[in-house]
Amino acid sequence: MSIASARIALVGNPNSGKTALFNALTGSHQKVANYAGVTVERKEGTITTASGRTVSVLDLPGTYSLRARSPDEAVTRDAILGQLKGETPPDVVVCVADATNLRLVLRLILELRQVGRPMVLALNMFDIAQRQGLRIDLEGLSRDIGAPIVTTVATRKRGIEDLVAQIEAKVEALAATGALEAPNTWHEPSPAEIRQAHAEAQRTMKAHVRPAERPDTLTGKIDGVLLHPVAGLAILLALLFVMFQAVFAWAGPLMDGIEGGMGALGGLVATVLPDGLLQSLIVDGLIAGVGSVLVFLPQILILFLFIILLEDFGYMARAAFLMDRIMGGAGLHGRAFIPLLSSFACAIPGVMATRVIDSRRDRLTTIMVAPLMTCSARIPVYTLIIAAFIPNQTVWGFASLQGLVMFGLYVAGITSALAISFIARRLFWRGQVEPFLMELPTYKTPDPKSVLRNLWQRAAIFMNRAGRIILPLMVLIWVLSTFPYPPEGATGPDIDYSFAGQLGHLLHPLFAPIGFNWQMTVALIPGMAAREVAVGALGTVYAVANAEEQVGTLAGALSADWSLAMGLAFLTWYVFAPQCAPTLAVVKRETNSWLWPSVMFAYMITLAYLAAMAVYHGAVALGWG
Amino acid sequence: MDDLSLSQPLTAAADLATGELRLSQARRGDRGVIGAVGSGVAASPGGLDAQELERRLLELGFVEGATIEVIHEGAIGRDPIAVRLDDMRVALRRRDAVDIVIRLESSAAGPDAR
Repeated sequence: MSIASARIALVGNPNSGKTALFNALTGSHQKVANYAGVTVERKEGTITTASGRTVSVLDLPGTYSLRARSPDEAVTRDAILGQLKGETPPDVVVCVADATNLRLVLRLILELRQVGRPMVLALNMFDIAQRQGLRIDLEGLSRDIGAPIVTTVATRKRGIEDLVAQIEAKVEALAATGALEAPNTWHEPSPAEIRQAHAEAQRTMKAHVRPAERPDTLTGKIDGVLLHPVAGLAILLALLFVMFQAVFAWAGPLMDGIEGGMGALGGLVATVLPDGLLQSLIVDGLIAGVGSVLVFLPQILILFLFIILLEDFGYMARAAFLMDRIMGGAGLHGRAFIPLLSSFACAIPGVMATRVIDSRRDRLTTIMVAPLMTCSARIPVYTLIIAAFIPNQTVWGFASLQGLVMFGLYVAGITSALAISFIARRLFWRGQVEPFLMELPTYKTPDPKSVLRNLWQRAAIFMNRAGRIILPLMVLIWVLSTFPYPPEGATGPDIDYSFAGQLGHLLHPLFAPIGFNWQMTVALIPGMAAREVAVGALGTVYAVANAEEQVGTLAGALSADWSLAMGLAFLTWYVFAPQCAPTLAVVKRETNSWLWPSVMFAYMITLAYLAAMAVYHGAVALGWG
Repeated sequence: MDDLSLSQPLTAAADLATGELRLSQARRGDRGVIGAVGSGVAASPGGLDAQELERRLLELGFVEGATIEVIHEGAIGRDPIAVRLDDMRVALRRRDAVDIVIRLESSAAGPDAR
């Protein structure tokens, strides 16, 4: 049979530079999607060989064994075995190895041999191996593992042509014979078989690899500081501080720019289009909808930039090590640290980032508590209510009372997240503790090009995911708050007569026990699209035009109409309530079930209701009613 | 912070030969060679079944004969720990390290050092 195009798959241990090699092979010809039915990232690219053949390259999740322990590793196993739904099995398997860390990959290679697919071994990071004075007898090693070996330096694109040539040779050999090199005899290895394979790998190592003359000592030195029980934690905290500063301070001007730009665009469209339904749909529905997604992009880009840099440097595994005990106390995995951190910008990338957690239970717990982290969409709401009700005064001689309340709201979010995961662990998943086993990779200088590529890909995924959910929601909420029109001679604001207004009035008796008036209840409905939309909605019901810019005016209107107790109850509600339909939709996508978003909605709304009620009645009892 | 938070009672140490130590009880600087993995004491209570944990440990390179040294301890309860395992560094919790027995290097800290 003749093959015009061929398929190869990259497989290897985590931290072997597999993705760097994938980038070097495929350049910009790649696309990121999901595997059918599972939320595992699927990265595919294409290369064109010297002879003009097109080869598609699949970058499989890193693994130590084909015996899969996580959804990611299951994808790798099934893809290699050719059992993955909707995927054609690869013609050639390219095993990517860190040349300075061969022991474990040699065992993986033994498993890959059992599968019987043609294989090429790419000894990546070969420059580092040479610098360390590591001697590898390539011919002997190649003979032992029964596969051709190519040395590569993916970050400098060295060895790529050789690798492509070897791949093509394998593809041609396959086309000539039309059969696999050997029948598939792979099965899940037993402990005894793993030991045996280790022994064999060890023999291969001894025979063909002479240990490094100048082994890397830098990683050990850096770890001496970064993993130090005191200095390490201090550095982690300092890093977090810088990250937060960056996310909130650097993104500010950009966000203002985007808001201004979208506002100007809306204004422009409003002058072009005649007043009426179409204008309202485009300006208030679509443009405002796109704006509400776009406005988070600067924060998310900055956050992702930090996370990608720290990941590529090798620090994230260290952060998980440092945080494991603290997170573990609440029943969370050390790796939950990164998703929860992302959730301070927005719960959506946070929920998406939980994919790094192997165990389903740990992952679900993390997803469930991620929306309790104070996301940046809460900040406009907090700012408004604080400005309206908390006097701008100094306490204890140095601290601003308003700042303290803001800080308290953050703390409330974090502590409730830890408490909820602790309770979930105790009540539902008692005794189930996943092991925390993690390689601490060698530190590496991040490659700017791959960082930018990664940043672009993650931003595109976020925009795609969030845009697809938020846009239709914005239109829906626009419909709800526009129709039906107010009757002739109506005196109240238009929204009062709309479906949203009616719903608000209808729901109001439910919210009266926690101190909400009907205006607050109405504002909660558009606030389901994104939390900060509630500010605009309050502006609408209190007939303050441009509420986002006129926070002072709106705050004045609120403080005249609400009691302090009501303001505090509203704040409390916003700490806990699932006021964000896009998050629920992303949870549905990530868990592939309606159960988990329902559980999330139920527990968060219960928590919000009870907490707001307690705060309201407590405040009334204190005479703040 | 001086007491070790051990998930395994000390009775488990009784069936170890002199110079042997469970990794879960090892301290920073302890080093030697792995003598046994999945020695069947028990998987961490409530954790994975013993064989699954054993396989995961093996897959990450915790195998008999590998050289090992505890290089870092966490700030709280000295947990988790980071070890140098042949040419790699691996982090793990003490409770998952119960089933790894190391034969201490003769020059390294003996039982009297703790």
